[in-house]
Amino acid sequence: MPELEIPAGERNMVLNMGPQHPSTHGVLRLVLELDGETIVRCTPDIGYLHTGIEKTCEDKTYHQAITLTDRIDYLCPLTNNLCYVLAVEKLLGLEPPPRAQWVRVMLNELSRIASHLVWLGTHAIDIGAMSVFLYCFREREEILKLFEMVAGQRMMTSYFRVGGLALEPPADFLKRVQKFLQIFPGRIEEYENLLTRNRIWIGRTKGIGYLSAADALDLGVSGPSARASGIDWDLRRDNPYSSYDKFSFAVPVRQEGDVYARYLVRVDEMRESVKIVQQAVEGLPEGPVQATARGVVLPPREKMKTEMEALIYHFKIVTEGFRVPPGEVYQAIESPRGEMGYYVVSDGTSHPYRVKVRSPSFANLQALPRIAEGRLLADMIACIGSIDIVLGEIDR
Amino acid sequence: MSPLMVLFALAKIVVILLVLLTVVAYAVWFERKLLAHMQCRWGPTRVGPHGLLQPLADAIKLLTKEDLTPSEVFPLVYLLAPFLSLVTALLAFAVIPFGPETRVGGMDLFQIADLDIGVLFILSVSSMGVYGIALAGWSSNSKYSLLGGLRSSAQMISYELAIGLSIIGVLLLTGSLSLRAIVENQAGAYWGFLPRWNIIPQFAGFVCFLVAAIAETNRLPFDLPEAETELVAGYHTEYSSMKFGMFFMAEYANMVTASCLATLLFFGGWHGPVFGPAILQALLPLLWFSLKVLFFLFLYVWIRATLPRFRYDQLMAFGWKFLVPLALGNLVVTSLVLAIRWS
Amino acid sequence: MPNTYFQNYLVILLMLGVVVLLAGGMIVLSYLLGQHRPSRVKLSPYECGMVPTGDARQRFSVKFYLVAMVFILFDVEIVFLYPWAVIFHELRMFGFLEMLLFLLLVGAGFAYLWKMGVLDWTGSDTGGPAGGTGGSPAGGRAGGPE
Repeated sequence: MPELEIPAGERNMVLNMGPQHPSTHGVLRLVLELDGETIVRCTPDIGYLHTGIEKTCEDKTYHQAITLTDRIDYLCPLTNNLCYVLAVEKLLGLEPPPRAQWVRVMLNELSRIASHLVWLGTHAIDIGAMSVFLYCFREREEILKLFEMVAGQRMMTSYFRVGGLALEPPADFLKRVQKFLQIFPGRIEEYENLLTRNRIWIGRTKGIGYLSAADALDLGVSGPSARASGIDWDLRRDNPYSSYDKFSFAVPVRQEGDVYARYLVRVDEMRESVKIVQQAVEGLPEGPVQATARGVVLPPREKMKTEMEALIYHFKIVTEGFRVPPGEVYQAIESPRGEMGYYVVSDGTSHPYRVKVRSPSFANLQALPRIAEGRLLADMIACIGSIDIVLGEIDR
Repeated sequence: MSPLMVLFALAKIVVILLVLLTVVAYAVWFERKLLAHMQCRWGPTRVGPHGLLQPLADAIKLLTKEDLTPSEVFPLVYLLAPFLSLVTALLAFAVIPFGPETRVGGMDLFQIADLDIGVLFILSVSSMGVYGIALAGWSSNSKYSLLGGLRSSAQMISYELAIGLSIIGVLLLTGSLSLRAIVENQAGAYWGFLPRWNIIPQFAGFVCFLVAAIAETNRLPFDLPEAETELVAGYHTEYSSMKFGMFFMAEYANMVTASCLATLLFFGGWHGPVFGPAILQALLPLLWFSLKVLFFLFLYVWIRATLPRFRYDQLMAFGWKFLVPLALGNLVVTSLVLAIRWS
Repeated sequence: MPNTYFQNYLVILLMLGVVVLLAGGMIVLSYLLGQHRPSRVKLSPYECGMVPTGDARQRFSVKFYLVAMVFILFDVEIVFLYPWAVIFHELRMFGFLEMLLFLLLVGAGFAYLWKMGVLDWTGSDTGGPAGGTGGSPAGGRAGGPE
């Protein structure tokens, strides 16, 4: 226990904030010790959304586990899909064809935008700017429609497969993406008009929830929250995966380390994501969307119906899954919240021996007491919003 | 006072209260609908055409909801709080005139009681409303309620200062505390076209009054006592069924009263172009008054759709360090100008 | 005309009666119409779904009372201004100078309060950057405060 031990009831009020609270972004419980409205101590208590996904993965084939990864960070399921699939591909030594990689990048950046939109909307409504929330969800709806086009599902997409994509994207998909890209930058301006130079917004966010670069490193904070503290680190650029090195984009970094800086970094990231999606749409290579890996990738439907061998492989992959050579691998990617990592251990069977998720929200949440203690109760709301946590990912 | 007069007064009170309650109920509908359209939504559409019967449905729902009294509350105070809130909110309306003096049988139609200290009456009654909120927060025995109640009491008394000071400029111009006299003083026009509304000589006072009035009615960006994302529901967290409804009604009744007051003090009350036949001449002032009040209600919603919420210390600092000095400055300048002109 | 003068207050009294009846009626009506199925959990105070720790009625930051006291001082001073404002057209320059003197005195008190930081609400003077008070390690069950 920290040295700041003050017996409850003596001087300070102990207040449970959450798990059933409108602005803890899920079922996070914070035990707050208040002196007046000043937070003397903040202790996050997690586990209310524990789903046992990691353990369940051990009981599924590599293929089936993809659907479980959707549910970990439910604001960007495609990012989870990608990270898991990349880890398995690394184990298999499989490289998906360029077209698949580019579609993956495109969808990932759309996920990032969708996730940031939820963050911006909820962050804004927490601080009282109600309209921004609805405007953000209006655009997010468009992105979810795009996801529905490719995956048939709005949220639980499971669109990526080991070795590529599940299907070729539908014919007018790219046109719809283009259309979205045309309207979206204007919409970012709209949000910014309501917030960026708003005196009340600045008053509520500037100088609040300061996190120094050293603290961010110590606590394992990553992603936009770290970049707002001056840590210039983005896995898309510094440890590229899925052809990110073929795209040109900037990594927004700020030095202030407060809530306002984290807000600006994420808004700028949305702009950069638009650029990446634009490049992916324009330069999308032709070709197959699945690698040719017999026994791992499902054979095309047509071959399955005409060739005996394809039918057998199809049957085997679906019923018992594909075997993965023994080994262990860690694959990290840049999720909208920071470094998301999948640590997959294979024992040579068709089921993963262990799947461990390094979720960015879990590490980022550790920064919350550091940035909120000593501040007012109202600042707590701004701080929770600014570190952008997803409880599904924290509790797994 | 003859029994007939009492009966007449009673009838007038009941009618005006019914109108007020309807306005309050539809202020909720108006706000939901307007807010929805500002946010690319539809708002209520299911109950009646354009959701027009929604207030009725809400009232029935609130009345038939489970009426529970949490176990650890202070029962008498717990019941008294919503009661006090609603009574003071409705009572403040007693001195609001909404049309020129129209006497029928010795009784004024468009005002319940023309007190010559109308402004003081409203200020004193509305400040009683703080008790409702503070008691609700304290008696609920919930920490969120307590924080909401404490915040609210401190906020309302701080902004009452600003409201009180901002009105003095108008009093200087008028020389009366009667709301009717204040409105009548705003008749006519400067240079033949600019209406002689108090907002023109008293612009600073108006700004100060408007901001303080929004804070007094606990509306965004000053809705900290009930800031739902921080304190869940603030002082009325532990209230359900009609007891919650009464806080809700009180809040909207206060909004209507504040809008009326802004209209009367600064926007010339019912003054506006009057023409046509006698019946139209009698009704037009009512229309102008309603439109002006509607404008302020619109402003409330518009502000809510646009602005984020202040933090508590910022709110207090804004009230004490900006509005109070502004109102004091306005007071000094106004009185100096008037003193020079009248000397 | 004292007759109408008191009449007005009688009307206010009538109004008070009607409003009290209305508000009381609402409470009674909702008591009669609403259902009553209390349970222990339902009647416990709300604290985000957790069992509340400690009583909510406890001592609280003195700031709130300080503001209340400052309010009373200033409100009394504003009350002085009201009758002055109403008869200002008779007092004119003399009234202005008198009140200016009064306001200067009040303003001096106000400035003093401002300077002493009574109007600064936060109470968290340590709020600046690196307000790290050691920070409690995250994770772990929150057993501390009990």
